[in-house]
Amino acid sequence: MLPLLQAAAAGTHPLQGTAASWLWAVPLLPFLGFLINGAFSIVSAYHAGPADPTLAHGDGHGDRHGTHDEEHGAHGDDHHQVKRHPFAMLTSIVGPGVLLLSFILTAAIFFAMHGAGEIATPFIQRYFSWMPVGDLKLDAAFQLDQLSMMMMLVITGVGTLIHFFSVGYMQDDPGYPRYFAYLNLFVFFMLLLVLGANFPVMFIGWEGVGTCSYLLIGFWFSDKANADAGKKAFIVNRIGDFGFLIAMFLLFANLGTLDFDAVRAASTSLQFGGALVTAICLFLFLGCAGKSAQIPLYVWLPDAMAGPTPVSALIHAATMVTAGVYLIARTGFLFSIAPVAQIVVVMIGALTAIFAASIGLKQWDIKKVLAYSTVSQLGYMFVGVGSGAYVAGVFHLVTHAFFKALLFLGSGSVIFAMHEAYHHTGSHEDAQDMRNMGGLRAYMPWTWALMWIATLAISGVPPFAGFFSKDEILGGVFARAQHSTIADAHLFGISGSAWLYFAYLLGIVAAFMTATYMTRMMIYTFHGPNRTGDKEREHLHDAPWIMTGPLLVLGILTLAGGWINIPEFARFLGPVGALERWLDPVVGASTQRVIAGAAETSPGLEYGLVGLAVLIAIGGIAYAATRLDPKSLVPKREAVPEEGFEKVLLDKYYVDEIYDAAVVTPVVGTSRGLLWRGVDAGLIDGLAVNGSALFARFVGWIGSQLQSGQLGTYAWVLVIGVLCVLGAVTIR
Amino acid sequence: MITTLDVTVPAQLTLALVPDLVLMGGAMILLVWSALRPESDAHQRSVGVASIILAGITMVLVLAWANRYDAGPGPIAVDNFRWLVDIIVLLGTVFAIALSMDDNMRNGIRAAESHVLILLASSGMMLLAGARDLIIVFLGIELMSVAVYALAGLNRRSERSAEGALKYFLLGAFSTAFLLYGIALVYGATGTTNLQLIGGRVAMFALAGSPLLVAGVALMLIGFGFKVALVPFHMWAPDVYDGAPSAVTAYMAASVKAAAFAAFIRVWLEAFPYSYSAWHGALAGLAIITMIVGNAIGLQQRNIKRLLAYSSIAHAGYLMVAIAAASFQGSSAMLFYLLVYTLATFGAFAVVVALTRDGQEAVMIEDLTGLWSVRPWLAFAMAVLMLALLGFPIFGGAGFFAKWYVLEAALQAPVPQTTLAIVLVLTTVVSAGYYLYVVMVMFMRARPDGMPAPERAGGLTRMVLAITVVLILVLGVVPNGVANLARAGRPRIDVDPTLTTLPRRISTAPPDTAPRVADARAAEPNR
Repeated sequence: MLPLLQAAAAGTHPLQGTAASWLWAVPLLPFLGFLINGAFSIVSAYHAGPADPTLAHGDGHGDRHGTHDEEHGAHGDDHHQVKRHPFAMLTSIVGPGVLLLSFILTAAIFFAMHGAGEIATPFIQRYFSWMPVGDLKLDAAFQLDQLSMMMMLVITGVGTLIHFFSVGYMQDDPGYPRYFAYLNLFVFFMLLLVLGANFPVMFIGWEGVGTCSYLLIGFWFSDKANADAGKKAFIVNRIGDFGFLIAMFLLFANLGTLDFDAVRAASTSLQFGGALVTAICLFLFLGCAGKSAQIPLYVWLPDAMAGPTPVSALIHAATMVTAGVYLIARTGFLFSIAPVAQIVVVMIGALTAIFAASIGLKQWDIKKVLAYSTVSQLGYMFVGVGSGAYVAGVFHLVTHAFFKALLFLGSGSVIFAMHEAYHHTGSHEDAQDMRNMGGLRAYMPWTWALMWIATLAISGVPPFAGFFSKDEILGGVFARAQHSTIADAHLFGISGSAWLYFAYLLGIVAAFMTATYMTRMMIYTFHGPNRTGDKEREHLHDAPWIMTGPLLVLGILTLAGGWINIPEFARFLGPVGALERWLDPVVGASTQRVIAGAAETSPGLEYGLVGLAVLIAIGGIAYAATRLDPKSLVPKREAVPEEGFEKVLLDKYYVDEIYDAAVVTPVVGTSRGLLWRGVDAGLIDGLAVNGSALFARFVGWIGSQLQSGQLGTYAWVLVIGVLCVLGAVTIR
Repeated sequence: MITTLDVTVPAQLTLALVPDLVLMGGAMILLVWSALRPESDAHQRSVGVASIILAGITMVLVLAWANRYDAGPGPIAVDNFRWLVDIIVLLGTVFAIALSMDDNMRNGIRAAESHVLILLASSGMMLLAGARDLIIVFLGIELMSVAVYALAGLNRRSERSAEGALKYFLLGAFSTAFLLYGIALVYGATGTTNLQLIGGRVAMFALAGSPLLVAGVALMLIGFGFKVALVPFHMWAPDVYDGAPSAVTAYMAASVKAAAFAAFIRVWLEAFPYSYSAWHGALAGLAIITMIVGNAIGLQQRNIKRLLAYSSIAHAGYLMVAIAAASFQGSSAMLFYLLVYTLATFGAFAVVVALTRDGQEAVMIEDLTGLWSVRPWLAFAMAVLMLALLGFPIFGGAGFFAKWYVLEAALQAPVPQTTLAIVLVLTTVVSAGYYLYVVMVMFMRARPDGMPAPERAGGLTRMVLAITVVLILVLGVVPNGVANLARAGRPRIDVDPTLTTLPRRISTAPPDTAPRVADARAAEPNR
């Protein structure tokens, strides 16, 4: 039945019969990995594994240092014992192995797609009818088009690299198979998210990645702070998911379908700029703001750094947090007819970009810097997709996946080295605080060089990847401010044109800050004198090759990744606009609708904008390089607390505290006082539950009195019943 | 491909009954074989294996016949409804024999004929599934019941078993009298025992209000109500279920009920659709009181078997909602429900079998305390089964869809059964009080020190458990294949050729697509 359904659905699509017919295997492989690693994890709880010489040993730390000097797990400031998991070897093969296979298959599908030429319609595989309830007909179906192809490549490609890195980083963690089980499961759900052919399948992926994110943030759950961070991420995301659900309900109630293709076809019947489509888009964007950490729901992402660093790289930088950007690009056909919603998306994106960048200026924790940087860069992506520059937004998503994964993994290497050094001496210093680092260049030359590449890329220095994508976003906003359907719309009485110019300005300022805080991070971490400690210093070194190797690959991608969409002015680098042509069947129509046939910006203006962007980037780097003096920095324990605005920045504008006072405390108070004591304990428990329990007990008492075991009683009850039934049918 | 049989011709009637006859004949041969050798565990097991094989052969025949034959009017139906009920019954038969092979060993029951009795009861059930004549209905019910009376008293060394069996027999005989009397009155009112002819004549001669017919319908309702254990005709159920060996209890709670309900709904849809206003009030009242009382008393139980007994009473109430819908959607919902209910009930009793220790009178909820920590898979399976009986989505698998389809049928019925749907949902909430309590005890209470871990369950028990749990979970994700089968498996009502020449009051719509029940009700003057 399955092949028949597929054949009927796909018809004579050009991809039929190619590697694309194996599409289902791409997510299935990581799912298998999840099952196997999960089984390892569960089995090991009951049975000792195949080779576990350490079970008999005590928990003493250091008794096995001779054998495992090179690769023990590193995280935060937790001085766990070094005891390798009995299934570590098998897990190291299965975990990254399934991802590698998945990536190879994805690549094969990509070449099949590339070879098939122009493909105008998505390739849809229907597996089974999932939920036929009344008018709602939902299939478990995957949709392969150029956009989901792009995302699959990023997810499996970057995912594979990060899985390999994790082998080195997590190998000696006692929960190693559990870690890989979660990580594999995450990739499965992420692929479901991008492959789903309708909103609900996508939503399953959407919720699934949220669950995995929760599980991985709280991976070291025995520390309450980590568990709390996981909960925070989960709860904040609920608000966004609420928006996503409302948007789905609205779509179904008004269009009667939830398949992407059918919604796209039906969306033509919606009124341009009407209240309905604007509401749908805004609710969808609420979902995006949760998942992709935008104002006002960004607060969970910095806390999410409590998870292992490769998790931060994969989930909280490269893939999951970009799901919102993907969603808007996927539903571009809706957003492009809701200009007011587009203005909101652009403005939220731009404000998030500058807001997060300013917080990043004063953070001391190396991962926090990168976390705020991620929030800020996601803001850029929303400026891109929000302004209808879908290609630019997705382009930045891709390049960001490369350079931010590189930065996170690089910081992982640094933390790994720092942790190991402190581990040797039994010190309890903070391995993530930059004030404890400094001068690491001499000890970790590879990490240093690769992270500089990524820093130049994120700052927007040509010819690195970030330059092209960020420039395209800013150029796109500027062009649309001049002429587009958004520019003609109004929000709060201000023209869309003015909003877009403002967003452009914010973007430029945020770009300057980006260059500054990234350079600050590099200077404090790798340059100047070392502040780690005299005894610890000799233990600092580059990570093993299983970790540095993926960094190297990401470094190459960071260098050259921008060339997948070369702008007109740099045509000497290769074919111009490859990504734009590739994505045209998916987002081309929506883009055209937004720019409304406007002429391209004049070459003079374009060169001016590019020049300005480069100047800003170099200016930011130069500002940080000249104004910051790593020599004056002291280790964390000797540091004096900040004052004034610096303290406001360090404390992240007190947003967490404001939310706590404005939302959490009142909600908890109401819940406790009114809902719990009053409604729950009083009304529901007191009246409903205890009342019905009393009733049930009464009925039960009568029943048990009658259930005497005496046959005569039974027959008597039966006869009473007979009389009642006869009475019911005869007496009217 | 499909041959249409004329089941009024004896030879073709025999052909239509081949699966039933094979089961009956095979059961006779096995009965002789089981009596030939002295009682022993080995003999008991080999007869059991042979019985399972016979049931399997019958199932293959059912599948073959389902794709080959079709029939016009007559005493026996040859339609998908019959075949699906047969499959549900045979599935239950296989589970029951497999479980009782393990359970007999543990209880020291060496009677090899216990498996044959199950086969004989099953042949009665298969007859019920296809019965289209009140006489055949009666025959099927008695064939089934007599075998089950004997099964209930299988454990001769247990007083409670013997007591339960005798009570069941006496009350059963008492209620059979009502059924038979009802049949007689219906015959007196319409002059026929053929279901379709009854339906046709009630419509043609406007007999719906005839006191004779109404009284007959009411008495038949009581007769069926006893077989499916509706309150207040349920008093026998807890005692009998508690006393009988667990495998037999599962068989009584699942398969006996499934077959009785199948005959029940066929009689109601084919013979009495035009008497809707006469029976609906009483039937809905029985449904409501059954749902409320079954669940309320269920809350008080600490003995797992008694808990499951009251749970099965409550489920009978839910199924009555599907009958009250009086539509083919209702009968399809009932088929799906019966399948899921059969799986969940056998699974739950398999857990009881797995937990029973030698010489222990009853398995109490307290025996499950902290089961998760000593028998995680058993605890997981029990949790799934409890959630399935509760009707919880995803984790309860198909249990959710079973309830969903019944609710859907109730609300989309020609006369929407809103009250019944509301009571169903509310009493389901009450039932969470005991289903979830079981889950809570297994997972959230620590196992007391010194409490021994249950012994490893027998292989067949584990197999039954695995099959039921996996099927429930799988059907919970992909219910549509089976749901579509259930939708196709409605009783096929043919137009009686002898009626077509006479003036008719029945609808003008095409006979196979129109819900005739609704038309008839619309045509009937308000009373």
